Amino acid sequence: MTTTTTPPPPVHAGGGAWRAVRAEIRRRTSLKVSLAVVALFVLMTAAAPLIASLGGWGPEEFDKSAVDPYLGGLPIGPLGGVSAEHWLGVEPITGRDLFARVVHGAQVSLLIAFAATAIVVLAGVTAGIAAGYFGGRTDTALSRLMDLTMSFPSLIFMIAMMSVARDADRTLLMILVIGLFGWPGVARVVRGQTLSLKHREYVDAARVGGSGPWRILARDILPGVAGPVIAYTTLMVPGMIATEAALSYLGVGVRPPTPSWGQMIAESVAYYDTDPMYFLVPSVCLFLTVLAFTLLGDALRDVLDPRGSRT
Amino acid sequence: MILYLGRRLLGVLGVLLAIAAVTFTIFYVLPSDPAAAACGKACSDERLEAIRANMGLDAPLWRQFADFVTGIFTGRTMGTGQYALHCDFPCLGYSYENSEGVWDLLVDRLPVSASLAAGAAVLWLALGLTAGVTAALRKDTLTDRALMVGAVAAASLPVYFTSVLLIYGLIRLTGLLPYPQYVPLTSDPLSWASNLLLPWLALAVLYAAMYARQSRGAMIESMAEPYIRTARAKGLPRRTVVVKHGLRAGMTPILTIFGMDLGGLLAGAVITESLFGLPGVGRLFYGALTTGDQPVILGVTLLAAGFIVVANLAVDLLYAVVDPRVRY
Repeated sequence: MTTTTTPPPPVHAGGGAWRAVRAEIRRRTSLKVSLAVVALFVLMTAAAPLIASLGGWGPEEFDKSAVDPYLGGLPIGPLGGVSAEHWLGVEPITGRDLFARVVHGAQVSLLIAFAATAIVVLAGVTAGIAAGYFGGRTDTALSRLMDLTMSFPSLIFMIAMMSVARDADRTLLMILVIGLFGWPGVARVVRGQTLSLKHREYVDAARVGGSGPWRILARDILPGVAGPVIAYTTLMVPGMIATEAALSYLGVGVRPPTPSWGQMIAESVAYYDTDPMYFLVPSVCLFLTVLAFTLLGDALRDVLDPRGSRT
Repeated sequence: MILYLGRRLLGVLGVLLAIAAVTFTIFYVLPSDPAAAACGKACSDERLEAIRANMGLDAPLWRQFADFVTGIFTGRTMGTGQYALHCDFPCLGYSYENSEGVWDLLVDRLPVSASLAAGAAVLWLALGLTAGVTAALRKDTLTDRALMVGAVAAASLPVYFTSVLLIYGLIRLTGLLPYPQYVPLTSDPLSWASNLLLPWLALAVLYAAMYARQSRGAMIESMAEPYIRTARAKGLPRRTVVVKHGLRAGMTPILTIFGMDLGGLLAGAVITESLFGLPGVGRLFYGALTTGDQPVILGVTLLAAGFIVVANLAVDLLYAVVDPRVRY
């Protein structure tokens, strides 16, 4: 929907779609950049301790020598204490290394976002296919459940659940809570797509040929649903990252000293004019990740789901 | 139409009841004992029991829920003996913190959140639709590309960042606007608007960007329809063709999203309210969370759910107005 200068190339079934994706990537520079950004942050998620150790500091390691006790604990040096030792500067007061914290924060933030997305896609595809393919009562019950879930004030509910369960594992709880409210969106897309596929000739042919419902679902319906789901999922990741940031920002997410981007932003807002670097580092990371996933999702949608199965 | 409305209203009640039940179960089952909190440190077992009985916490869960729901419709007397307290018609209970009625608290805070939501919505619709329609009409030109690149970037900006940028630029640096303080609309409309302009902008940037993207897509699609060609061929002025034929048909999907966004905004503005220190429903909720004030949490959740459901209903009814093809 964004910057399509020419109509997207027609989609062919099977490997053709991926060839189209590759062609699209070659054509758009912005896509190459966003792919690189996504790859970088995924790498951070996978190997945070390794990458952070390049900087030589641990995420929870204090460095009192990097802050000035006579200036209210502001970092010593330009740009919030950027130096050969602290690549992105340090936190005021504690002197913790921002590079180490932002890399570890990427791991926490993105791990939660990815895991929540995985849950949402799994639950959404299952519910959507079941509702669309089996129809009747299954469809009614599942559609009602979707409507009900969508009527929940989700952010409020997430905040409340996070703050009530005080002793639970924060990361796991956050994944489950965020995942709980996301599935109806995917389910609707999949349901619509399944409905339109269910009576195509090739599905009828498979049925006449003696395939059972499970075989039809797995071999004939699922591949047809995959394109829109992949596009929708990529566009969903930014929302998940933002939700994680919001929860951590409000202080109900991961607990300090474990860093996450939302939490780092919350702590640094008060310093926005005395130590802008402290505020900018996590904000820019959040911005770049969300932007990269949005651009990627846009392109994938143009290629894999040209008519847009979203309502 | 009336039949449809009746069925939908019943559905709304059902959804609200289900949400109340889920909220109730989660917050009343999970381990936190308001009676112990009310009793204080030096608390004997008998006294704890007495408080629990007085708060109605000794009854089985379904009983508590039934009492709560009847209380909303008829009002109820809470507690027994000398602690008895009558709670009038829309009874949502009393705050554990300051014994104020939850309904009164909500009514007190609602104007702030409603002002925030309404102003932001007007702003983002105006900005988003203008940008989206402009881009669609100038598809594949430089204007289109610039607008859409701007929209993607703006949609990715974290709200904290936008807010801080606005605060810094418009308050600290230039002093163009006051630091937001809530002034009721009825007492001074001008001051109401100038105080809220900053939070409005902060919220609107994100949504305007999303609406610009959506409306561009919808507009391109509807402008390619055959009836647009017909309208143009009959010699209608371009403006009429764009607004009456193109925009009107393209509005339906936008309206759906708008209903969901607006309904969710009442409670979804927790972050904006806390960033700008506005005393709205979101703040009330956040305060109640930190003190474990369950009646208030439940009240805000229900109110927020109510807004979402009602906004969705309103949108479905509006379809018939916007799109003449829709009939109920």
